[in-house]
Amino acid sequence: MTMHGWTQKVLRVDLTNLSSSVEDLDREAAEQYIGGLGLGARYLYDEIDPAVDAYSPENKVLFVTGPLTGTGAPAGNRYVVVTKSPLTGGIANSTAAGEFATNLKYAGYDMVIFEGKASHPVYLYIDDERISFRDASGLWGKTTSETELAVVAATAPDAKVSCIGPAGEKLVRFACVINDMGRAAGRSGVGAVMGSKNLKAVAVRGTGGVRVADNARFLAAIESCYATLDDPYTEHFHQTGTPGVLELVHAYGVMPTKNFQFGTNPHGDRLTGELLADTLSVRKRMGMGCPACPIACGRITRVKNPDFAGIGAGPEYETIGMFGSSCYTNDLDAVSKANFICNEMGMDTISAGNGIACTMEMFEAGVIPQADIGFALPFGEAKGMVRLAEMIAAREGFGDLLAEGAYRMTEHYGHTEYFMGVKKQEFPSYDGRGLQGMALGYATQPRGACHIRGELQDLDLYGQLGWRVTRDRGMEAVDPLSWEDKPGLSVDVQDWFCMIDSCGVCNFVWFMGCHEDQMRELLEAATGIDMGGHEGFMRTGSRIFNLETLFNRRAGLTSADDTLPERMLRTPLPDGPAKGYVCELDKMLPPYYELRGWDAQGNLTAEKAAELGLEALTTV
Amino acid sequence: MTQMIVIDIGKCTGCGTCELMCSFRHHGEFNPRKARIHKTVFLYDELAVPVVCSQCEDAWCERICPAGAIAHTIEPTSGAAVLKVDEQICVGCRMCMLACPFGNIAVGAKGHAEKCDLCDGDPQCVKFCPRGALHFADSERGEGEKRRKLATALAASYKESE
Repeated sequence: MTMHGWTQKVLRVDLTNLSSSVEDLDREAAEQYIGGLGLGARYLYDEIDPAVDAYSPENKVLFVTGPLTGTGAPAGNRYVVVTKSPLTGGIANSTAAGEFATNLKYAGYDMVIFEGKASHPVYLYIDDERISFRDASGLWGKTTSETELAVVAATAPDAKVSCIGPAGEKLVRFACVINDMGRAAGRSGVGAVMGSKNLKAVAVRGTGGVRVADNARFLAAIESCYATLDDPYTEHFHQTGTPGVLELVHAYGVMPTKNFQFGTNPHGDRLTGELLADTLSVRKRMGMGCPACPIACGRITRVKNPDFAGIGAGPEYETIGMFGSSCYTNDLDAVSKANFICNEMGMDTISAGNGIACTMEMFEAGVIPQADIGFALPFGEAKGMVRLAEMIAAREGFGDLLAEGAYRMTEHYGHTEYFMGVKKQEFPSYDGRGLQGMALGYATQPRGACHIRGELQDLDLYGQLGWRVTRDRGMEAVDPLSWEDKPGLSVDVQDWFCMIDSCGVCNFVWFMGCHEDQMRELLEAATGIDMGGHEGFMRTGSRIFNLETLFNRRAGLTSADDTLPERMLRTPLPDGPAKGYVCELDKMLPPYYELRGWDAQGNLTAEKAAELGLEALTTV
Repeated sequence: MTQMIVIDIGKCTGCGTCELMCSFRHHGEFNPRKARIHKTVFLYDELAVPVVCSQCEDAWCERICPAGAIAHTIEPTSGAAVLKVDEQICVGCRMCMLACPFGNIAVGAKGHAEKCDLCDGDPQCVKFCPRGALHFADSERGEGEKRRKLATALAASYKESE
């Protein structure tokens, strides 16, 4: 039987015994949870005890593609790394694009499951159906680009590599996984779990193809998306990439400045996407594309300034927000250097930048003595920031403490009020006080503070009004400062983004204006399944979101974790267009729970579980 | 003057959509390795270059083919010259692969030579190239644009200082 969309095969890798086996994909689970984020959540939920320690061999790491990965669907190029997070203690699912992801499909696998723990550093080479374990002792300690080049040299010129850097080896709690020379499955410490298993890298070479159920319908769906994307916004995003939104975020007064003490940065003009694209980009206003991407927002930057010299992918918007504005260096050279270090060492730029800004505030407040850090680290201290990034990756001195994440660092000093994040995961680069929907999203996302798992900022900040989320409500604009409309919008956008991250496509295609019906058309044409219209499509998203939350409940997280730092809840923003606002979480959370079909304790009700087909899983 | 696939190197982002759409058209699957157009990415230069058969006037593949399976034809809708492989005649001897200096013809899994056939006058790589790096245009377009770019650069170098 020819499979459409899915390859219908799962590669299971036992790292303890260095053996592997291939099994059929659970077809029923695939139809209910699609792939990527959703199917990964389902397999993880079924296969591990969510209460297990993230670093124990009983935890598993799943690399999961979606049915659109490897197809010509716009930006159908992603895989999701799913595991239990060592940072949040809840579910982790970090996604990245690249030829590594598409080659997993071409090699014939929807998913690779890593179990157990190797006795020594290894990497796995998947050459279609030939699976081999290789000794990685010689790679241990190497940076991500060194590792990738060495693995390609040792396997095949067209092998694609996903790996961890020294930060993952040293169990930095926010270590990431890097593939394709700088693409990051960034958040929640997925790289540290790989490190705990002594799994340095995965190389894959796939020579097969991906077929879809209805060729003509699939082509028409692609053309429909292309027509939507043919506009100046896509061109701007191509030329300036994610940093192209910096000016708008400044304008709304939600740019984290000095560890979220302020929402505007008087030096914001030194931190714009246009400036980056015109100065440090290797080619001016030229983006590079991940597989099948019509936007091509990636870029390579080169810094010649000897203090911060280097070359590599990025920095992206969030990285500039954290290292540039929150750390208050206001210097793209320094930001780029910190970004290069994070990518090469394999750690999340958001958590690293946020944690360093947090350290700066505590240093200025006299909570952290200079002797602890080893040098003065006030806001704006660019060289110190870069130095501390290196120290985190090496777990050297104060870096060893910050490698535990900003929350645990503030806890060490008995001052968790300086921690800016949720569920022990650091905030990305938006201040929720000026974006009420973002505040609610931060509080309720299963993976903790996160900007991409329910992008309400697309509606109120970026003016995206083409989705059914707003069209079906007859909304012509969304006010970032109002809270009344946010519970309903949050539920729908979170469910919608669960679908995006489960299909194997990049969310930027939808950020740029494509909508739910186009996604459903691609998915149905590719797989041949009937999603049951828009309602069934969104119900699938909701099922996925709820399963993630069920995982977290069994892992020990409760509704008490659906909260925000005191600063967000009690201290009004002192400046900018959102001056005077706090996050109205107390008002938004009860209606949000109700719309979710949860009780007051944030637990799924039996009725809602039945509606979503989750009854069997809630009674485990 | 004939139509050909004209490549604007500076615009290619390396996304490989051309490869995917080519394989989808010719093999019914998305598989870059079965494509007849291939991109190479030079990441740290932020450059990518697609390479595809340029339908040589006096083609090595055509001349070497012992079975006479490769022949020049005129694509009726566009009037473009195209070198086509007759799959019934081709024996898969791979002489064309050896002869082509550019790597633009290969014997595939079905046992016969595969190369760009311009998709009956509607090349899918061109149609779906999302950044306008590929055009199906008069062959002189490429030259003309290169000359114009060079002239622009020369003109800039000659500007008298203000």
